[in-house]
Amino acid sequence: MTTLDAKLASAGTAVRPSRRKVFVALTFLLIASAVLSLAIGPTGISLQALPRAIAVSLGYTDDLAAARDRLVLIDLRLPRTLLAAFVGAALATSGAIMQGLFRNPLADPGLVGVSSGAALAAVATIVLGQGIGAPLIAPLGIYALPIAAFGGGLIMTLLLVSIAARQGQLAVGTLLLAGLAIGALAGAISSVIVTASDDRQLRDLTLWQMGSLSGASWQKVFAIVPFAIAIALLAPRLTRGLNGLLLGEAEAMHLGIDTERIKRIAIATTAAAVGAAVAVAGIIGFVGLVVPHIMRLISGPDHRVVLPGSAILGASLVIFADIVARMALRPAELPIGIVLALVGAPVFLHLILKRGIGGSE
Amino acid sequence: MLEARNITVKRGSKVLLSEASVAIVPGRLTALIGPNGAGKSTLLRVMAGEFRPTEGSVHLDGEDIRSISAARLATRRSVVAQSINLSFPFTVLEVVMLGATVPGFGVRELEAATSARQALRAVGLSSFEARTINELSGGERQRVHIARALCQLSAAPRPSSETAALLLDEPTASLDLKHQADVLAVIKEQSKNGRAVLLVIHDLNLAAAFADDIVLMADGRIVGRGMPDDVLNEDLLSHTYGCRLRIETGIDGRRLVFPSAITDRLSKGAVAE
Repeated sequence: MTTLDAKLASAGTAVRPSRRKVFVALTFLLIASAVLSLAIGPTGISLQALPRAIAVSLGYTDDLAAARDRLVLIDLRLPRTLLAAFVGAALATSGAIMQGLFRNPLADPGLVGVSSGAALAAVATIVLGQGIGAPLIAPLGIYALPIAAFGGGLIMTLLLVSIAARQGQLAVGTLLLAGLAIGALAGAISSVIVTASDDRQLRDLTLWQMGSLSGASWQKVFAIVPFAIAIALLAPRLTRGLNGLLLGEAEAMHLGIDTERIKRIAIATTAAAVGAAVAVAGIIGFVGLVVPHIMRLISGPDHRVVLPGSAILGASLVIFADIVARMALRPAELPIGIVLALVGAPVFLHLILKRGIGGSE
Repeated sequence: MLEARNITVKRGSKVLLSEASVAIVPGRLTALIGPNGAGKSTLLRVMAGEFRPTEGSVHLDGEDIRSISAARLATRRSVVAQSINLSFPFTVLEVVMLGATVPGFGVRELEAATSARQALRAVGLSSFEARTINELSGGERQRVHIARALCQLSAAPRPSSETAALLLDEPTASLDLKHQADVLAVIKEQSKNGRAVLLVIHDLNLAAAFADDIVLMADGRIVGRGMPDDVLNEDLLSHTYGCRLRIETGIDGRRLVFPSAITDRLSKGAVAE
């Protein structure tokens, strides 16, 4: 075989790395990002202070410097890193699921309005929690916000699914435009509520519109634990079903997949992931678009790799982005949504140009 | 045996199928022919269990398919639909393996790959397994999906007493002459190996050459059925298709169908010369 023949033969072929290698590399990346996130911050406290901080926590010392280290490492950076990891994993997973469900690689919860719906529900809950909704909302405690955001995300996802069902398979452009429209409506209503309200929790408009992890706390970490568990249990049930759905709904059914059940689980999982992420960090776009795209470039579109891979890669990406958000303009902080948009928007543009906008493929 | 009994399908006031009954049996290739809009694809999709007919029922080895779970039905029938649009960059081997990695099958990855490679060999695409599906021509893609359907039936755990049905909706539509013949030979081989095969096809000459039985449809009804020689007669076909047809007998005794509009032109040309 000549070199030219070999080149021709390899044109359009795909070589897949072993799944083991992919997951080892991704796990390494996640650990590296987490360690970095704990070690870096505007206060300049390094990881060397960790033993002292733990000693304070366990009550072995009450040294003032050590107490400050503890505050920064254990009460600020650690919950923030955990939240960043969760938000990244949740958004990337829900992006991958939505893309499979809509057979559309451009679906992203931030771009098609699901996040905006979740944010509107969260904002409304804070306002109602002070007034007439209090008896209903107060008993939910720290879970009130993620539950409400889950509801908002669910309504938006169901709305998109019903639009898709009416049209058969949604053209890429139609889904994006419909999502843009309903997302803009939800965003506008949220802005009105936020601006009109004088509630302390709501005053930070950027949290809801551009996404931010600056309010990270252990309380928020605990609030999303049940959601993280639910997503981890549900997502693995979707992998083969979503693979089949990529062929088309009828084809998936021919392959023995209970398509209605897969769709229900996919919708619930997406809403739970987006709802919990929005409740703690506001609207963060592009993670759900960029991360599954990178995963498919690495390992192909098989959801058995794309879903767990996206979760790990998404966690790492958002942790890294949060480090940039904290450090770039220190002591001021950039909203993390802006950092991710700087990376994600060009990728989105590239994807659109490659496919041709409005194309049905 | 896969059997459609008195199937009627209505969409609003429109009647797509009207009391259509068809049975396909293991070891035989049944061709479903008829003009555009006759209801061939609708009947195939009803028999695939894709949707419920307004009236009538579909039975697989006597069992109503409504009582068979999707996963178990998948072990006993596979389907090649008319157009499949896959916009994610799967490789050819991965697409074919989707046929074997059905949730209920319990087939291991390695066995699935073996079944998939066998199916790819059958459709002549062995050297394509690492290519991404988006890079292939329409005809090549069609053969990949046929391989997927073959892989599904060969990999499925199934007692030998059960019927395995293969349903194909115009699998040769986007193929050139050579590949039409090749693909139909593969499909014919499947029926010889004991599969019950239903083939929706437009080309009457291919139907005559490959089918054991022919079912002729028009306006949602079945208007003729039997061996190719019985169904492919001038009066019945000319009436059904609404144009004059001429039927010749080929060297091997098989029927050849020509629209008279074409044969007239050819003979006129011959006279003029």
